[in-house]
Amino acid sequence: MSASLASVSYIGATILFILSLGGLSHPESSRRGNLYGMLGMTIAVLATVFGPQVTAQGYAWIIGAMVVGGAIGLYAARTVKMTQMPELVALMHSLVGIAAAMVGFATYIDPAASGNLQGAEKVIHEVEIYIGILIGLVTFSGSVIAFGKLSGKIGGKPLLLPGRHLLNLAGLLIVIYFGYEFIHAESVEAGMKPLIIMTVVSLLFGIHMVMAIGGADMPVVVSMLNSYSGWAAAATGFMLSNDLLIVTGALVGSSGAILSYIMCRAMNRNFISVIAGGFGTGGGAPAARKGEAEPAGEVVSISAIETAELLREAKNVIIVPGYGMAVAQAQHTVYEITKLLRGKGVNVRFGIHPVAGRMPGHMNVLLAEAKVPYDIVMEMDELNEDFPDTDVAMVIGANDIVNPAAQEDPASPIAGMPVLEVWKAMTSIVMKRSMASGYAGIDNQLFYKENNRMLFGDAKKMLDEVLVALRS
Amino acid sequence: MAQTIGVPKETVAGEKRVASVPEVVEKLIKLGFKVMVQSGAGDAANCSDDTYRAAGAEIAATAAQLWSGSDIVFKVGVPTPEEVGLLREGGTLIGFIWPAQNPELMQQLAGKRATVLAIDSLPRVLSRAQKMDALTSQAGVAGYRAVIEAANVFGRFFNGQITAAGKVPPAKVFIAGAGVAGLAAIGTATGLGAIVRANDTRAEVADQVVSLGGEFVKVDFEEEGSGGGGYAKVMSEGFQQAQREMYAKQAREVDIIITTALIPGKPAPRLITAEMVRSMKPGSVIVDMAAERGGNCELTEPGQTVVRHGVTIVGYTDLNSRLAKQSSTLYATNLFRLAEELCKTKDGIINVNMEDDAIRGLTVVKEGSVTWPPPPIKLLAPKPSVVAAKPVEKKSHGHGPGAPGSAKSTAITFLVAALLFWFVGAYAPAAFLGHLTVFVLACFIGYMVVWNVTPALHTPLMSVTNAISSIICIGALVQVAPPLAGGTDRAETWILGLAVLSIALTSINMFGGFAVTRRMLEMFRK
Repeated sequence: MSASLASVSYIGATILFILSLGGLSHPESSRRGNLYGMLGMTIAVLATVFGPQVTAQGYAWIIGAMVVGGAIGLYAARTVKMTQMPELVALMHSLVGIAAAMVGFATYIDPAASGNLQGAEKVIHEVEIYIGILIGLVTFSGSVIAFGKLSGKIGGKPLLLPGRHLLNLAGLLIVIYFGYEFIHAESVEAGMKPLIIMTVVSLLFGIHMVMAIGGADMPVVVSMLNSYSGWAAAATGFMLSNDLLIVTGALVGSSGAILSYIMCRAMNRNFISVIAGGFGTGGGAPAARKGEAEPAGEVVSISAIETAELLREAKNVIIVPGYGMAVAQAQHTVYEITKLLRGKGVNVRFGIHPVAGRMPGHMNVLLAEAKVPYDIVMEMDELNEDFPDTDVAMVIGANDIVNPAAQEDPASPIAGMPVLEVWKAMTSIVMKRSMASGYAGIDNQLFYKENNRMLFGDAKKMLDEVLVALRS
Repeated sequence: MAQTIGVPKETVAGEKRVASVPEVVEKLIKLGFKVMVQSGAGDAANCSDDTYRAAGAEIAATAAQLWSGSDIVFKVGVPTPEEVGLLREGGTLIGFIWPAQNPELMQQLAGKRATVLAIDSLPRVLSRAQKMDALTSQAGVAGYRAVIEAANVFGRFFNGQITAAGKVPPAKVFIAGAGVAGLAAIGTATGLGAIVRANDTRAEVADQVVSLGGEFVKVDFEEEGSGGGGYAKVMSEGFQQAQREMYAKQAREVDIIITTALIPGKPAPRLITAEMVRSMKPGSVIVDMAAERGGNCELTEPGQTVVRHGVTIVGYTDLNSRLAKQSSTLYATNLFRLAEELCKTKDGIINVNMEDDAIRGLTVVKEGSVTWPPPPIKLLAPKPSVVAAKPVEKKSHGHGPGAPGSAKSTAITFLVAALLFWFVGAYAPAAFLGHLTVFVLACFIGYMVVWNVTPALHTPLMSVTNAISSIICIGALVQVAPPLAGGTDRAETWILGLAVLSIALTSINMFGGFAVTRRMLEMFRK
């Protein structure tokens, strides 16, 4: 295959990738979108393998590596539970990160790639390698920590080291200094020392960055790491002067950045403050304490049987799922209840807050897994106005996203965050294990509202009881 | 020692309600109380002694046994002097008292050193008190029953029908007073299919009327009629004149009038004159829910159903007893909620906490001293509404991120960008610029494309972009076995090792990412 033919194939692959992302704009076209992606990837890989840059000696290695990797990937994809999607995605980001770093190292020590460059070209090439490795490693260690946090292997509480902003700043300065050293290194051997120091610093930086972020901010972190993995690919593209890598990396990078932005806006928080870590560590904290000092009021609890009665007599029901539903694996029971109620002519819909769960769109995937038709799963903005006409709003394992304090209490750390207005429904039922507060660590005024009822217990168990009561 | 709650049989003639029902007795026992019920207390409300026994209550054979054995007595009707005589010295009584109308009763209760909680004196402005509000629950039942009574004596359907035997027009119902009873009546009448109109001197209830499917009829006169505490007040003469005209007009048009107008501590206002009754169509019905307090209609005979000028006027004063089971259940639940408030420790011993606004308002006699009327409640100053002040930020999917920044920050952004571009343009070689162009344009394409992605698909978007980012595989592929220029010294093993490992890792991503996305998307279905 000639160089031109390979280039043309790359253009085709690029277009297919763009179509792939475009296809995801609607569930109807999304499957085709995924197909475009696969097609693009196949074309890109084949064009490279049979292109001018790979000779026949490499085929055995390439096939071997791809078969092993592909088998592991397919196995993981088949066995992963939908509730574990955030972990899987985080883990996959780490693979992209480490691969980018390794490609960077290999490029650096390969004289065929960099040996004959001079002057500004050489400097730019080395800066590209340096940045490529840096982004790759931060993505890697950050994703590994995110994986640990999401799978519960590492506690969800933000780890706030004293003077952490100074630490980060020091890390940045070290990286810049050794970057200078690296560019001015005489030989490959001399360049290795700053490169390895940078490796250690960037790994630590990635760990530190994600450790400082609380569990509720995980959707932002996951999408941010998604973005990083794209930028890492783009940096590799610059390193190798490969436009396909640049374009694809930029697509992924900007996609992740937009997702991060949407998530931040859904929490009414500044991107910087999420990354800087720690919830409510600023001016919000004293206000929150003051809020707790006020008489909290009282909570009215309800039994599963009474819940079933309320649901049976309702005309309009909105279910608001949160991370608790994922933890309890309750989505199937939720759908059984939904099906039963819809069979009786009750209008049941789902209200999804953008940051419900631990990953953008997490709830939608879980509900889709349980075969909930997507046309009754609504976004927050689509049904927030309908709560006054709703008879029962059922909150399953969500807390901060239904906290009226976001609208009513300007001193609250979550003030101004858009929330689902479940308290405007005739009755709201909150399913919760205990009165513990959510990730934001603030009391939820919803629980004390006159029309709110609390259904304490494990979401799955309680919903099973509700289902039994509904059937009888 | 757990205290005993006694539920006597009501003694007033025609009173069919009972102060607690078996389902609620169970809950009271869970709160730690013992419950004693007089034999036959619930018979009229379809609650037999056996069901009480099954719920865990003890059955007392006579009233004397019950009253002497109870620490706390739950009652519905105002206690008679005989009943007060039976009340244990220093005992507690909970029920309707109407302290303003019954000063002698109050003295008698005080003489018994009793503690009395009058459910009718509940401070209704406290939102917390709603669950204990027996006036509301009973009025709701009465409103429902009023419509049923009207339907009972009305000679036609409520709903309009087109049948083989001809067309039936729907009944027109006018409801005077849209309080709790009025609203319940509106809901019931619309439920039966009638055309419902309603009026109230308090303009703010118009929305509630409409929300129940009724039509709010305005009085052609401007005056605010809200008298505080959720009651109406007496209106000016000019208003009353306009109101009379409106009522006269309605009387000529509608088939059924249900009146619910009451003003606290005053006789019921006369809304429907004999003249208006005469103007109504023959066969029409008036249900006067204010009959007990003199009636809203001039011709009402309290407790009776009479026919005047061809119009049936229902003046029952026992609408609640006519729906005894429902009234009793709701009333029992109100009292149960009160018991919860009184017994927060759940050990079956009540604590009449006079610091609590709701309980302070309810308590009219405390250990022999009259504590009625209560001091006005100090309501917390309402928090300033922040919500209204804050403009709702518009979500703009597909229109870029939020609102444009201020002119200053935009200018700064442009300046920084221009400097950056100048720097790049001045120093970077031509080949790099080509790549940069591609990069910047690709960022914009990504930006445009991704804004259209529906939020429901954010997770598949992440996993597909993740799979696509394994394009980095290309970087490793070209390193495995490049066509060498010959003679270059190359750290062969290292590079090969790194490259092969990278390929394996990215393949996990590539195959796994696409496969899992596929799996997810398969699940999205209508």
